[in-house]
Amino acid sequence: MVEEIGTTTDGDIIINVGPQHPATHGVLHLVITINGETIKKVEPHLGFIHRSIEKMCESLSYRQFIYVTSRMDYLSSHINNHACALCVEKGLQIEVPSRAQVIRVLMDELTRIASHELWWGAMAMDLGAFTPFFHAFRERESINDIMEETCGARLTMNYMVPGGVMQDIHPNFQTRVKNFITLYKSKVGEYNELVTGNIIFQNRMKGIGYLSSEDAISFGCTGPTARGSGVSCDTRKLYPYEIYNQLQFDEILETGCDSFARYMVRVREMNQSIRIIEQLIDNIPEGDFQAKTKAVLKLPKGEFYQRVETARGEFGVYIVSEGGTTPYRIKFRSPGFSNLSALDHIARGSKLGDLVAMMGTLDLVIPDIDR
Amino acid sequence: MTNEELKTKIAELLPQASFDESGQWLTINVAPAEWKPLAVKLKQDTSLYFDFLFCVTCIDWKTHLTMVYHLDSTKFRHNIVIKSIIDVANPAIETVSDIWQTANFHEREVYEMFGVNFINHPDLRLLILPDGWEGKNPMLKDFEDPVNMIKL
Repeated sequence: MVEEIGTTTDGDIIINVGPQHPATHGVLHLVITINGETIKKVEPHLGFIHRSIEKMCESLSYRQFIYVTSRMDYLSSHINNHACALCVEKGLQIEVPSRAQVIRVLMDELTRIASHELWWGAMAMDLGAFTPFFHAFRERESINDIMEETCGARLTMNYMVPGGVMQDIHPNFQTRVKNFITLYKSKVGEYNELVTGNIIFQNRMKGIGYLSSEDAISFGCTGPTARGSGVSCDTRKLYPYEIYNQLQFDEILETGCDSFARYMVRVREMNQSIRIIEQLIDNIPEGDFQAKTKAVLKLPKGEFYQRVETARGEFGVYIVSEGGTTPYRIKFRSPGFSNLSALDHIARGSKLGDLVAMMGTLDLVIPDIDR
Repeated sequence: MTNEELKTKIAELLPQASFDESGQWLTINVAPAEWKPLAVKLKQDTSLYFDFLFCVTCIDWKTHLTMVYHLDSTKFRHNIVIKSIIDVANPAIETVSDIWQTANFHEREVYEMFGVNFINHPDLRLLILPDGWEGKNPMLKDFEDPVNMIKL
């Protein structure tokens, strides 16, 4: 047990960041050992927002448990719901109507853009630039409005259910998404002018937070964090689910292995999501939005695992069923938990002032880590 | 590699292992003492190359605990699941955090939630639970908390 404040016998200083600190984006507590300004060790302390979701799910039915998963990674709530719905469908072998599949993918990609927009604004704010936050939120707001109209919620959507989606899309959905695409395309240039090309920003990001591809794999990093180190890990490409294998999009890989590479992956990924939405928005098939399912779902005895790609990386749902109406055990493999475990390795030897830039590019969402 | 090839290869490495193909991926049941030597080979063998441990968890079956490891290879993209039954009275298994660094955090989580001791783990302390936590491990099936309701 480290002393949480004071000095060590070597004369190193121990400082605390969080649990209430704006740059930790939630209630994350870091105990940092520094020598001068050089970081010697970063030790995350978790659990400030732990809600025992896995334990709670053991007493919830297969329809109910999806609702709590929106509260884990609240910026990718559609994708969390999607993973759970897919896992239950895998167990029950439900065929999802093609209309529902297309709607689900559209929602996933809109969520991914909204999540990256928020990350981009917050990331720049961490580094001291306040304006980008408003730019990002302007576009993110229109996605939230689209979600609100169709799903009835702006953050915790709970829109995907086993068998399809909860209700059909709003009549305005297609028009509003198209308007959003036009808006996004006219504004994305500003992003790069404002932040990406900024020399001060680049100096603070390049060469900071080195994570080699071997370490990225060993630490279990996924998503843009690993792709910034050149590790191909996009679940949508490698283990395609829904209709991702029929879509044209690129897996974004950067080989810089530093904070700037991770930043660039996310910025470029938004354009790929726009590309996916453009392919689908005029081709939503007619038909049912939900398959006919029984009122009470009972998964057969066995184990089911579903991997999906959230905005932060690979999210996994592992259901162990004993044949009853509630799962015997559920494990959520959250991307943030593994990504955070690499923070100590990334930060060692760097300067304290760079820690915020490193944390920012890991895109941590604390409720996702704590569960 | 296909499941059949994986089976032949792993049977060569560990003849005592038993296999189960009913699930999504090939499942290999190993005794706790055999897990660590097998893990080293799974990572180092050039034709297996399981370098990505994407999920570590534990299941409480009341009579015993089962450790579950999900492995993936970034080179060949084949997956396997390793299961190891451990004693509920004295739950202990060797750590694999020196082979896959991600196991460090995952094992700490299993340690506090299920009380499994990871032998030779470099830093086996509470991660999520508050310091000085006393009482049962929360994810065990017989855990009841009268103050903070978890079950509905």
